[in-house]
Amino acid sequence: MAVAEQPQSIEEQRRWEGSLDQLRGLVSERAITGETMLLNMGPHHPSTHGVLRLLLELDGEQIISCLPDIGFLHTGIEKSVEDKSYEKAVPLTDRMDYLSPMSNNMAFSAAVEKLLELDVPERGQIIRVVCLELARCASHLVWLGTHAIDMGAMSVLLYAFRERERILGMFEMLSGQRMMSSYIRPGGVWRDVPDDFLPTIKQFLLDFPAKVDDYEALLTKNPIWKDRAQGVGVIEPDVALAYGMTGPALRGSGVNWDLRKAQPYSGYETYDFNVPLGEHGDVYDRYLIRIHEFRESMKILNQAVARLETVQGPYRSENNKYCPPLRSELGQSMEAVIHHFKLWTYGYDAPDDEIYNAIESPRGEIGCYIHGTGANKPRRVHFKTPSFIHISALPVVAKGYLLADMVAIIGSVDIVLGDCDR
Amino acid sequence: MEIPATRDPVGAVREVFGDAVLHVKEFRGETTIVIEALRAAEALDFLRVTSGLVYNMLSDVSAVDYYPNDYGASFDGDESDFRPERFAVSYHILSMLYNRRLRVKAFAAEDDPRLPTATVVWPAANWLEREIADMMGIVFEGHPDQRRLLMPDDWYGHPHRRDYPLGKETVAFSFNVDEIHEHKPFARD
Repeated sequence: MAVAEQPQSIEEQRRWEGSLDQLRGLVSERAITGETMLLNMGPHHPSTHGVLRLLLELDGEQIISCLPDIGFLHTGIEKSVEDKSYEKAVPLTDRMDYLSPMSNNMAFSAAVEKLLELDVPERGQIIRVVCLELARCASHLVWLGTHAIDMGAMSVLLYAFRERERILGMFEMLSGQRMMSSYIRPGGVWRDVPDDFLPTIKQFLLDFPAKVDDYEALLTKNPIWKDRAQGVGVIEPDVALAYGMTGPALRGSGVNWDLRKAQPYSGYETYDFNVPLGEHGDVYDRYLIRIHEFRESMKILNQAVARLETVQGPYRSENNKYCPPLRSELGQSMEAVIHHFKLWTYGYDAPDDEIYNAIESPRGEIGCYIHGTGANKPRRVHFKTPSFIHISALPVVAKGYLLADMVAIIGSVDIVLGDCDR
Repeated sequence: MEIPATRDPVGAVREVFGDAVLHVKEFRGETTIVIEALRAAEALDFLRVTSGLVYNMLSDVSAVDYYPNDYGASFDGDESDFRPERFAVSYHILSMLYNRRLRVKAFAAEDDPRLPTATVVWPAANWLEREIADMMGIVFEGHPDQRRLLMPDDWYGHPHRRDYPLGKETVAFSFNVDEIHEHKPFARD
């Protein structure tokens, strides 16, 4: 085994570490002369919420420019999916945005359904809405806890994770997995909700609103929290639109755009809920929006759970060319056995054409572009993920604020690096 | 405020760009306009600013590789589809005012894939195009930042091309270490 040589000269050392010349044009001229300081934040900084590296140019404590460096968590999901049948690609999508895997499952499944023109029965759609809203709450709870701990409020994390644990328990009930659930699949969901799920979620819906009030009691009127959050990280609406920001980051700037309302999917048009909007576009408004989204999610969940009790019927499409037959049929029907065998060995053919489908994840619009081949594997799958877009906008958002505010800004746009790098 | 009446994007683009509109396709309710590569950014800007269209947001930019034989003369698929070259880049744009989406697609040749950048139209295109340049090897002319985005700077090849094997990174042993390190000048540690 060849032993790595140590760098011999200063030139060689520079080449290893990357030279300032590579940054010419990306940072200001003052950084090249050494007048301002270049500071490396991450990839293992606890406040970067994963493995994000930021190269910050600082004048004193003020951020002059910011260069995000991503790709540390790149797992080649889009490439791997090209070698899998559509059904078997679902578990890979869990690993993108690991705080709300249900949203990723939904984005991919809805896109496949659009490509195949596959309909989902009503009960399946209601179960999906329950899962998506629970995932939104779970994701916002992690955001709340980590954002608060970044800003110095240590105890919120423990309270937030206490409630998140209950949601993950419900996911385990549904799918057997707490996080990487792969529960929402093309054509519907994996299985019907178990008997003890309804009492559990009803109890949760009774308890949770009071907990949200508790979080608000800790933070909303807290003067330290307000000092750190108000007027910091202001995103103007036109900047948010130009940079393609979506979700709470866009709504915090007062732009009324929620795909659940604008381009409803999975029956969201039949639920009664509001879209909270911000006014100033600062860290504090984005915080308030997510707190209100807890309450709106509760509204949707209450309606969905009520429907779950009355609407019976299949929970996934009964078109057995695309969805597996019921297990109970396997012992009696030869056709079911053939369908089952064909689905788990080959999968199904999808047309040689392209579609784009987007849903509203807790972080914003998560879009899925699929180009089929006419056979059982896609030619290309591309995920447009909100974290990727939001990190690309960080340099404009952070410019001019203090280094300590950077932590608040990263927390408030709510990024997940698995979602960003895919 | 009165909202101007909506216009048909296909007709509007045809009117202005004429023969540069190479093909129009409808699939699953999605409209695709295939435009000449050199005028793609121009067409996107037109779609963004024209009253009655106002595609104010760039949702996604994605690229597809038709390797090995699903394009050009050897393509014998659906008549309605149009694939003159190996690579295609799709801009998925969204009009919030009229609540509709549109796909603008441009093709790039195999030997020298090049497209004008849309970063001047939407800053959002910056990273999305950088990702494509990194993963698919398509050069965006005039792009302000042409470094790699996801892969390491010293990576060899473009992983999302269809002729790039879906495999693992070769493990370095003493017999092949030199060959591997030839492609990775900065990774000798």
